[in-house]
Amino acid sequence: MQLKGAEILLRCLQDEGVDTVFGYPGGAVLPIYDALFESSIRHILGRHEQGVAHAADGYARATGKVGVCIATSGPGATNLVTGIATANMDSIPLVCFTGQVGTPFIGRDAFQEADITGITMPITKHNYVVERTEDVARTVKEAFYIASTNRPGPVVVDLPKDVMERSIDYKPEEVEVNLRGYRVMKGYNSGQVISAVELIKTAKRPVIYAGGGVISSNAAAELRELALKRKIPVTTTLMGMGAFPGNNYLNLGMLGMHGTRYANYAIGESDLLIAVGVRFDDRVTGNIATFAPHARVIHIDIDAAEIGKNVDVDVPIVGQVKEVLQGINQRLDEVTEYWEWHQTIDRWKEEYPLRYGNSCEGRIMPQNVIEKIYDLTRGNAIITTEVGQNQMWAAQYYKFEHPRTFLTSGGLGTMGYGLPAAIGAKIGRPDLPVIDIAGDGSIQMNIQELATAVQYQLPVIVCILNNQFLGMVRQWQGLFYGGRYSYTDMSYQPDFVKLAEAFGAIGLRVSREEELNQALEQALQVTDRPVVLDILVEREADVYPMVPPGGSLSHMLGGDEI
Amino acid sequence: MRKHTLAVIVENRPGVLTRVTTLFRRRGYNIESLAVGETENPSISRITIVVMGDEKILEQVTKQLYKLVDVIKIVDITDKRSVERELVMVKVRADVNVRAEIVQIVDIFRARIVDIGKTSLIIEVTGDSAKIDAIVESLKPFGIIELVRTGIVAMVRGEIK
Repeated sequence: MQLKGAEILLRCLQDEGVDTVFGYPGGAVLPIYDALFESSIRHILGRHEQGVAHAADGYARATGKVGVCIATSGPGATNLVTGIATANMDSIPLVCFTGQVGTPFIGRDAFQEADITGITMPITKHNYVVERTEDVARTVKEAFYIASTNRPGPVVVDLPKDVMERSIDYKPEEVEVNLRGYRVMKGYNSGQVISAVELIKTAKRPVIYAGGGVISSNAAAELRELALKRKIPVTTTLMGMGAFPGNNYLNLGMLGMHGTRYANYAIGESDLLIAVGVRFDDRVTGNIATFAPHARVIHIDIDAAEIGKNVDVDVPIVGQVKEVLQGINQRLDEVTEYWEWHQTIDRWKEEYPLRYGNSCEGRIMPQNVIEKIYDLTRGNAIITTEVGQNQMWAAQYYKFEHPRTFLTSGGLGTMGYGLPAAIGAKIGRPDLPVIDIAGDGSIQMNIQELATAVQYQLPVIVCILNNQFLGMVRQWQGLFYGGRYSYTDMSYQPDFVKLAEAFGAIGLRVSREEELNQALEQALQVTDRPVVLDILVEREADVYPMVPPGGSLSHMLGGDEI
Repeated sequence: MRKHTLAVIVENRPGVLTRVTTLFRRRGYNIESLAVGETENPSISRITIVVMGDEKILEQVTKQLYKLVDVIKIVDITDKRSVERELVMVKVRADVNVRAEIVQIVDIFRARIVDIGKTSLIIEVTGDSAKIDAIVESLKPFGIIELVRTGIVAMVRGEIK
């Protein structure tokens, strides 16, 4: 059958089960958009390619499917870069199609030409330039396979305009994947699993340290089984929020720089660390030399390169987290023998709960906003965040019950992530309320995406914790730079309520605590458009407790009062 | 810390060398020497990389390289019985007074003179790093005008691939 490259592309997307793509048109992708015009694939039109990439990423995180985005050549492609790097750091499966100038023009600095494969090489799992229409189908197949298997990640496919225009005789049955350098991990070393089981059986003070790998491997049930079987306390990373129910008594909350004291103390006293789908990031470990000093370490991860990268490991197990945990669970019987350990942890929990003081200015405390959001949604919502204080408070004070309900840029720390990710999440999970917990600084980075949410009648809720500061940077300036608030004062800002209304969204200002509940309830009832809550919070509230950068987890600052 | 020689078997596709070198730069590993070329199978290239590092660094280098989709196989041939060779061309100052002396050095090292100019010679040497370093040292006093090395290539002895 004679088909254009662009038509083949769309057929291949359908074969991959894609029903929704996020994109932004331009000159070099005209053939693709022409084919999309009568395709059954739903195209969500963003307002900036960065937003488009984050929306595809939010869709992927919320649904577990591969997120797909399309941008034109040159600036369209380079605008995707932050979104691609965000997905790469958090191991999110994306396939990004970029337009490219026609093959005869490549390398001649043609209009809107950028070497996007060169640019994205270090921030993708893999990338391609498709030079012949004959290669379109195979490349798409490989791209989805690579993006979604093993440790997931973004794949960029660069599509020159003439490759998309040209027609060939397309024979779908002849499409073959050729990836001799890429093997999907199956199984695991059962000897290592037996060693892990032995360590678990003899441990006195075990802790499970769970991360994003549990979520991407859909292994929350297996993790829960392991923890409950032996009553092992669980702490999660920022990326692991939702991997273990937030309300379970075994949950210690987040560990690391802004983790709970009891999680960090537990790491410090533990004799066995069961690290599952984590990468021992510096925000988690603090000073690596004093991290879990008494613990033997079991490290389970799909990516062999993560094992031994930052810490030495006693029992490394490379494999799908889900399969490995099943293997461990099969070999473990139900015994609880950590009474003393639980008592110690309970004492810490009592002595050092997460807490915050009252406002000095009679303003709303930002932590209180998160608690209210939790009270109204009880874990049955998708929370996205921007980056900074808003992100940390969300992680500390919201109790995530389910995997894929906390979408945040953990690795790259991308401001401007939350709103477009919320849009993608709402499209993927229309059944759940989607709330972006934002700061007044970061919301301004991709606020144009409100137009997207209005266009598609998406009732996402944006809660701006408005302290008129770049709060996290201000906090560090306060703590480590003598209180010299260099360029972090954001009190010159738009009227967010009017701005929301200008976009066609609902805008509400909340300046007193009494108004908070009602405003949130009102927002949760809206079904046809986004709502922006401009919540005026305490200007100089800090995120506590805190491990100072490079410090040890056992020495945390603050958290008693503000 | 010591030198390791890695044979990295890769897809013979545009951009693969960039992927490998970008990875080294990004992760902060140092390439001492690098040589690349097609193998007996035209769809496969072989990159021979000499990298300095301890066992831990080597383990990371290898694992990170394996994550590249275009990398098919990596063999650390440092401790294997192997033949290592590098080719070097040296253009050395050589007026009539010193030519005989240079020819003698060339003979001792079993190198070859491949070009004779009015006041210079081009010498071609093949060998392992020790031999190459030795001849280069011996030629230095005459004045080296230009020097070019191919980078090390290596192969495991016997039938093993």
